[in-house]
Amino acid sequence: MLLKKSTLLSVLLVVALMFGLSFSAVAQDGEVEIFSWWTGGGEEEGLNALIELFNEQYPDVEVINATVAGGAGSNAKAVLKTRMVGGNPPDSFQVHGGAELVDTYVETGMMQPITGLLEEWGVKDKFNQQILEMSSYEGEYYSIPVNVHRSNAMFYNKSVLEENGVEPPTDLDSFVDALAELDEAGVVPLALGDTNKWPAGQIFETLLVATLGPDGYNGLWNGSTAADDPAVREALVYFDKIMEYVNDDHSALTWQDATQIMQEGEAGFNIMGDWAEGYLKQLGWTPGEEFGWMPVPGSEGTFIVVTDTFGLPKGAPNPENAKKWLKTIASVEGQDTFNPIKGSIPARLDADESKYDAYLTSAMEDFASDTLSPSIVHGSAAPEGFITAMNDTINEFITTGDVDQAFESFQANHEEYVQ
Amino acid sequence: MKRKHKESLTSLAILSPSIITLAVFVYGFISRTIQISMLDWDTFSNFMRKAKDYVWFENYIGLLQESRFQTDLWNTLYFTLFFILGCLAIGILLSLILNNKPKGGYFFQNLYLFPMAISFVVTGTVWRWIFAPGRLPNNPRGINLLFEQLGLNSLQWGWFTSTGNVLGFNIALIAVIIAAVWQYSGYTMAMWLAGLRGIDQQLIEAARIDGASKWQVFSKILFPIQKPITLSAIIVLAHVSLKAFALIYAMTGSGPNNVTDIPAVYMFEATFRSNRYSTGSAIAIVLLMMVGLLIIPYLVHSFKED
Repeated sequence: MLLKKSTLLSVLLVVALMFGLSFSAVAQDGEVEIFSWWTGGGEEEGLNALIELFNEQYPDVEVINATVAGGAGSNAKAVLKTRMVGGNPPDSFQVHGGAELVDTYVETGMMQPITGLLEEWGVKDKFNQQILEMSSYEGEYYSIPVNVHRSNAMFYNKSVLEENGVEPPTDLDSFVDALAELDEAGVVPLALGDTNKWPAGQIFETLLVATLGPDGYNGLWNGSTAADDPAVREALVYFDKIMEYVNDDHSALTWQDATQIMQEGEAGFNIMGDWAEGYLKQLGWTPGEEFGWMPVPGSEGTFIVVTDTFGLPKGAPNPENAKKWLKTIASVEGQDTFNPIKGSIPARLDADESKYDAYLTSAMEDFASDTLSPSIVHGSAAPEGFITAMNDTINEFITTGDVDQAFESFQANHEEYVQ
Repeated sequence: MKRKHKESLTSLAILSPSIITLAVFVYGFISRTIQISMLDWDTFSNFMRKAKDYVWFENYIGLLQESRFQTDLWNTLYFTLFFILGCLAIGILLSLILNNKPKGGYFFQNLYLFPMAISFVVTGTVWRWIFAPGRLPNNPRGINLLFEQLGLNSLQWGWFTSTGNVLGFNIALIAVIIAAVWQYSGYTMAMWLAGLRGIDQQLIEAARIDGASKWQVFSKILFPIQKPITLSAIIVLAHVSLKAFALIYAMTGSGPNNVTDIPAVYMFEATFRSNRYSTGSAIAIVLLMMVGLLIIPYLVHSFKED
């Protein structure tokens, strides 16, 4: 009797719960879970603005904003992998276009192609075609790029350069000379903060572009350039020279610390992706007034791309809503809502330039005309195994200065992870 | 007989949840890790295909040939050695002082033990600020700034950013060792103090009357009596040092040329950053064996004594 009573009770409870659930489902068209690591200043506000826009367009769909904090998505990526492997994917997730998406999730058959959607919405030719190519695999597109950052950017403190009579360099050799002049004057020539390793790797990848040229660099990833190309060694030699001019405590600093050293007038130059521009603005600087910018010397004409994209995982619980999300972020309105706040440029070429500051406008012009190259350290060029291995090689190389050994391990890593 | 049988059944029933969870979550996972360390799941696609292509000990051999892992092993050896010595020396000294019941002794006893209650992540972050060298000589930071203001400029150096190396010992580790010793010497102190309070005072008084110096009392009486306690402290400290991941990760990361890297940090990066699941598992097993090397003789020893 007692048993029966409790059974009855639990049945009633389950029925009541089901009613409750179905009612809430009637009230709304459902949910869409968006996974990202946009939790920091600027990017979080950008995402919220994007969600607000989405809610205006689709008031019936509730956005579940699933974010995981942690530098450059390192923690988020681990969480995402666990969810994807465990068969519990979010409806759409942030991922760097290129290898990080294709190698990890497309080749393993976890993503839906979205070529049809791009054509249906008539936006396919509105994007920079090179950037769409990055996230394509066997003729199909797999993700929509929302924003674009430039990794081969260099910023300089105008007054430090002026005080020391140093002109902004035009090529790698004049760059090394400029660094030497600043060094003699007793300022830190180049601010670096590589406690997380990748900022040093990022300098190396821009030097690779400078010595190999964009086509030679892009060829490293499709097999048309050999890893033992003498230009790779040349890049290492330049890297070694440039490392003579960084602050001694670089391994104790983050990239923000390094940018701040430059901003405080302790250092002349800072090589960092153009998210540093947003940081400098946060520190109270106006682009073009207190600081100038240029592509890393030798890499003019190439735009090393770091792009955040969103795709459609197979087995997502709300694919229809995920498509609505993709449609919003692929629209001009979506891109122009997000990017000015985040401090990046849109992946579409028809965006409204008036919404962007002086630096971003100049980056938009370069983006439209330059050759695009994928960034290594930010996941677009090569599998994740190669990135960590290369960062380790560069990290050891900074201390040892042994060019031949670094050249050899670059080749070994390339052979093991890329080919 | 029947009753005894029933009793053992009951106790087995009560123990079974913990036996089952132990079997699954400890031994099950260890065997799975051993298995993965012998597969070739060093790319994400291999991992996803779940292909059982055994490469046996290839991952271990590859690891031992890597300069990063070799540095890691040296770092572990020196870190463990100096960490234990430091904790013992300072902990024992503190316990001897406190055993004389100085004024405010109770307060200090708790003060010294307190760091143990804080997580390594928190102390690591604070020590990172303290030891961040700044740009010498113009712009020192942290403790280097303190040295400058005290006029001790000759003591300034790069701390955990320096890449110097003496007989395989990366001097950057000194900063990390100071932080770890600060956190755990209170533990040695507490263990020793508990032991000291149990020693019969007559023993010491007798020795003093016979003309033994303080050092003789310590080395001939106190230290031998406290040997089991010292041994337990060493075992605990040694395995803490193998698990110093949080401290290193929060404080220094792997450092320039891996000067402050340890296997646990490498394990994390290999597995979760570069998708080298098999290599990560191999490092985990090497770590497990190192802990085993320390713990098993101790367990055997204490079982014999029982």
